[in-house]
Amino acid sequence: MSHTKVFGRRSVLRGGLAGILATSTMPLFFTRGAYAQEFCNAPTGDTVTFGFNLPLTGAYAEEGADEQKAYELAVKHLNGEGDGGLINTLKPTVLKGNGLLGKKVVFVTGDTATKADQARASATRMIERDGAIMITGGSSSSEAIAVQGLCQEMGVIFMAGLTHSNDTTGKDKKRYGFRHFFNAYMSGIALGPELAKAYGKDRRAYHLTADYTWGWTQEESMRQATEALGWQTAQAVKTPLGAGDFSQYLTPVLNSGADVLILNHYGNDMVNSLTQAVQFGMRDKQVNGKQFEIVVPLFSELMAKGAGPAIKGIFGTSNWHWALPDEGSKAFTKSFGAEYGSPPSQAAHTAYVQAILYADAVERAGTFYPPAVIKALEDFEFDGAGNGPTLYRGADHQCFKNVLVVRGNESPTSQYDVLNVVREVPREEVTYDPAIFGGDLGPAEPVPLCA
Amino acid sequence: MFDAILLQFLNGLDKGGAYALIALGLTLVFGTLGVVNFAHGALFMLGAFCAVAFRQILTLETVTIDPTQLNPWGQPLEIRTPLVQGWFGDFGAVLVDWSVPVSILLAIPVMALLGIAFERGLIKHFYKRPHAEQILVTFGLAIVLQEIVKSVFGANPIPQPMPAALQGAADIGALIGLTPGVITYPLWRLVYFLFSLGIIGGVFAFLRFTTFGMVVRAGMADRETVGLLGINISRRFTFMFGLASVVAGLAGVMYTPLLPPNYHLGMDFLVLSFVVVVVGGMGSLPGAVAAGFLLGILQSFASMTEVKAIVPGIDQIIIYLVAVVILLVRPRGLLGRRGVMEA
Amino acid sequence: MGNLVSKLSLSRRDLLLLLAFGAAVLLMPLWLSPFGAAYPDLLQKFVIYAIFAVGFNLLFGLTGYLSFGHAAFLGAGSYAAVWSFKLLSMDALPALIFAVAISGIFALVIGYLSLRRSGIYFSILTLAFAQMSYNLAYSVLTPITNGETGLQLALDDPRVLDRALGPQPEGLPVPHLLGLELTGYTGFFFCALVLILAFYITVKIFSSPFGLMLRAIKSNQNRMGYMGFDTKPYALTVFVISGMFAGLAGALLAITDPLAGAERMQWTASGEVVLMTILGGVGTLVGPALGAVVIKYFENIFSAFNDQILSNAFAFVPEGLRETVVAIVGKFVGEGWHLTLGLIFVLVVVFLPGGIMEGIRRIMSLFRRAQRPAKGAPARIQPAE
Repeated sequence: MSHTKVFGRRSVLRGGLAGILATSTMPLFFTRGAYAQEFCNAPTGDTVTFGFNLPLTGAYAEEGADEQKAYELAVKHLNGEGDGGLINTLKPTVLKGNGLLGKKVVFVTGDTATKADQARASATRMIERDGAIMITGGSSSSEAIAVQGLCQEMGVIFMAGLTHSNDTTGKDKKRYGFRHFFNAYMSGIALGPELAKAYGKDRRAYHLTADYTWGWTQEESMRQATEALGWQTAQAVKTPLGAGDFSQYLTPVLNSGADVLILNHYGNDMVNSLTQAVQFGMRDKQVNGKQFEIVVPLFSELMAKGAGPAIKGIFGTSNWHWALPDEGSKAFTKSFGAEYGSPPSQAAHTAYVQAILYADAVERAGTFYPPAVIKALEDFEFDGAGNGPTLYRGADHQCFKNVLVVRGNESPTSQYDVLNVVREVPREEVTYDPAIFGGDLGPAEPVPLCA
Repeated sequence: MFDAILLQFLNGLDKGGAYALIALGLTLVFGTLGVVNFAHGALFMLGAFCAVAFRQILTLETVTIDPTQLNPWGQPLEIRTPLVQGWFGDFGAVLVDWSVPVSILLAIPVMALLGIAFERGLIKHFYKRPHAEQILVTFGLAIVLQEIVKSVFGANPIPQPMPAALQGAADIGALIGLTPGVITYPLWRLVYFLFSLGIIGGVFAFLRFTTFGMVVRAGMADRETVGLLGINISRRFTFMFGLASVVAGLAGVMYTPLLPPNYHLGMDFLVLSFVVVVVGGMGSLPGAVAAGFLLGILQSFASMTEVKAIVPGIDQIIIYLVAVVILLVRPRGLLGRRGVMEA
Repeated sequence: MGNLVSKLSLSRRDLLLLLAFGAAVLLMPLWLSPFGAAYPDLLQKFVIYAIFAVGFNLLFGLTGYLSFGHAAFLGAGSYAAVWSFKLLSMDALPALIFAVAISGIFALVIGYLSLRRSGIYFSILTLAFAQMSYNLAYSVLTPITNGETGLQLALDDPRVLDRALGPQPEGLPVPHLLGLELTGYTGFFFCALVLILAFYITVKIFSSPFGLMLRAIKSNQNRMGYMGFDTKPYALTVFVISGMFAGLAGALLAITDPLAGAERMQWTASGEVVLMTILGGVGTLVGPALGAVVIKYFENIFSAFNDQILSNAFAFVPEGLRETVVAIVGKFVGEGWHLTLGLIFVLVVVFLPGGIMEGIRRIMSLFRRAQRPAKGAPARIQPAE
């Protein structure tokens, strides 16, 4: 057990009933006290600790494992090991691959088990015990929203991993939380026109929706986008997260008169519901004189791999794909592939980019002081990280970049070649007014002091 | 509307088949051995992983590296050839295609041996202990089993494709003289339903028509008297535990194409299988089967939009609601005998 | 000393136990520090789950009724507390009162129905009720529970009492007790004091005539019936008390971290408190609390061991062998911590039905066998049949 933490102000006072009084008054001393930049886990030694909060078990475990690989790679590149990856292509950047403000980057990991409660507990452990300066990761929106709230209270920056709900940078947005991944609303805008092109404007859609924050916003965005095209919505049914067998929800689809099934599911839920829908013969059906179609608004290569042949020809959207031709994507795919022998998933990409962007913001700010780092990230415009020029919008901490419309590959040449990029929807088309989702970022200062 | 109800009914039968199979094994153990087996779900899960393991063995590949070709990230391309196909040619390919049904041949001996080992090694010592302790020790066993599976096969679900010939849906409507294309149902789910009927029929016939089965049934009714007659009941009980574990295992094997198994599969089914057993009546085999189908059908109908419009959320709780009502109104369950576990 | 004894109306033996327990709990930040567990969040979890387990033990340990749905009360307590924060005030007292009341009512309803059956039927009934609560909290009760995301505080919550008392600071408020913010170590000491109070109540119940009556239910309910005792009201009372303990724990979870998620109600969470109680020693006073600490320690510390840490720990093993050792040990720690837990649990149930406390007692009796024979038979788990 080698948990020898530096004897700090916290450990000196720990223990004994006297602690009650002392700890409660302590924030007063330190915020008003001697050093203006006193903040949570200010790095004092020659290392700085990142906290990677990952779903290593549970519904999104596969994404979590891929994110972990990406984070470890990012740490290597930040410390000047390996081929440097995106650091060479990111523009502008001040990163030199010599650590962060002269300190070596180290990391701790925690398992969120794809549960909000557990994610918070593990983030708390990394902040309170391991002294993490920044928390990043997660592969579900409820995790992201829960951890983001915690980080706001603790005064620690949270760089969200894979989270696609509108709420993360909408009604639940936080000053200390940042998201690089796109969201359900953008999926709807990007996917709508392609669906109209492929399937026509006279369609009846049946939604099956995962019953949680992401599913709801996904369904809402898809309904908006498809109804704007002239589609009708036959039914929208909520299914419990992790239902496993969706057959009792799929049978009513067969004779509902709908000719499109939209699966607002993600991860294993999507793999199960899609393969089961195909088993029900839905893709061979003719309804209203039209071919029955299935649409999965958000999918990843990992899910496509899981769904196997069922994914062929299915439309959806992605944040990023390893076969993109730009310099940043090529550099990242190359160094990830060389390290792990497989191309990175979109979860890995967003995780890696988030870690690099945080590091870059720290270097530009010249300090780890969170409000200064937040300022450096807000309205930061960059290029060379995949998806073309990207803006980290200050008003809601959402990244705006090109969105990919993808389609399951009909004739994959390898087990990784499962998706084709149909169209790269330019950033201007998917940009929206931050006011539509409401929410309030909250203040950056005074910096909360984690206990 | 008629076809919608018929479809939902079919779905209920197919779900019910799985529930009945799991509950059957649980009741066999409870009825004969008097043990409340919380590890039963884990046996179901182990069966599913027999199919996974079988397929993984079949699809072992040789990897050769072709330095002349490069993959997109600049490494030499790897060429993989399945060994079985290399050895047996087309027969190997057919074997891989039919791996799930064929793996039953692997699952039967494996599950029987595992069941016997658990009974001899652990459960045996708990016959005389209170039910609470049986629950606890089998619960612990279930955790250990699922964690071992997790450390061998990983935490992620592993999809098992069904044979190509059984993919897609069958046109049931056309068979019974309706317009073609109105009532279609996935072939594999129909296979699963028939399979479950076959297993259930087999177990019942075995208990009814063999001397062995007769003794076991006698033992279920009055263990002491049978023991006094000088019949070695304990060996037969070991056999019954093995049989129950085979039944659970086969239910798991055939379920894999419907739901990619992961290590947690057993726990997900455990609560459900207990509810089925309790609704059917503890210790009653026909009760377990009837309750399995009944709950499957109820759950399927509760998921209809029309039903949910009247009672929101009913699809989430119907199974538990039925269990609570039955337990409060008729604690013996549907077909339970008087005096079994009654207070 | 004598004065204190009479004031708390405890026997001298119980008082010593209470004092020792209180000291051990309050000094946790010191003695857990070498184990790498002395950080506020985990310390809070230790004491909160200890309350949960001690309360569960009141029911299971005394009456033998094995509830597999106790997590529902914990969850209800959490939701109630967060709603109290949202609607009334960020002060901990109304949240605690509200949570205990709600979970008590909840327990009264479920207990009234479930206690009409005993043995495994009782277990299945409680399990069914808890699963229903969980599934509903996850789906149609989303307006109350916020579904899978979990109920959280928002900037625009009404907080009627707080706003009536003056302007609110910017940003999300923190739960407090009369102005004392309950985060970090302050939060821990607050929870610890509640645990000591809960423990005091438990000690009282154990030694009271009421506790005696409950133990009689466990040993033979039928005989009690023949003697003309109606045992139901007693069992129901302790069920409700036990549910209130769970609600109290749930409220404290919300106070130290204002978020309530539905997974707190899932049956595996109920199974966890059973594990804690059995592991520590069912029917003993201190055992369940000990079990809670052990399991939470496993969950948080063991699970965070990765290969890097293991390699350092086994640095003394020669190079080639080290990887093998790390690979084998790695199966039992880190993500594999559940395996270790399951194995320990099976071993405890088979060989040490009295849990850790029985182990301690056996070791103690080895030392004092010379003086006097060990007092009291080890606690056995008995169903209420």
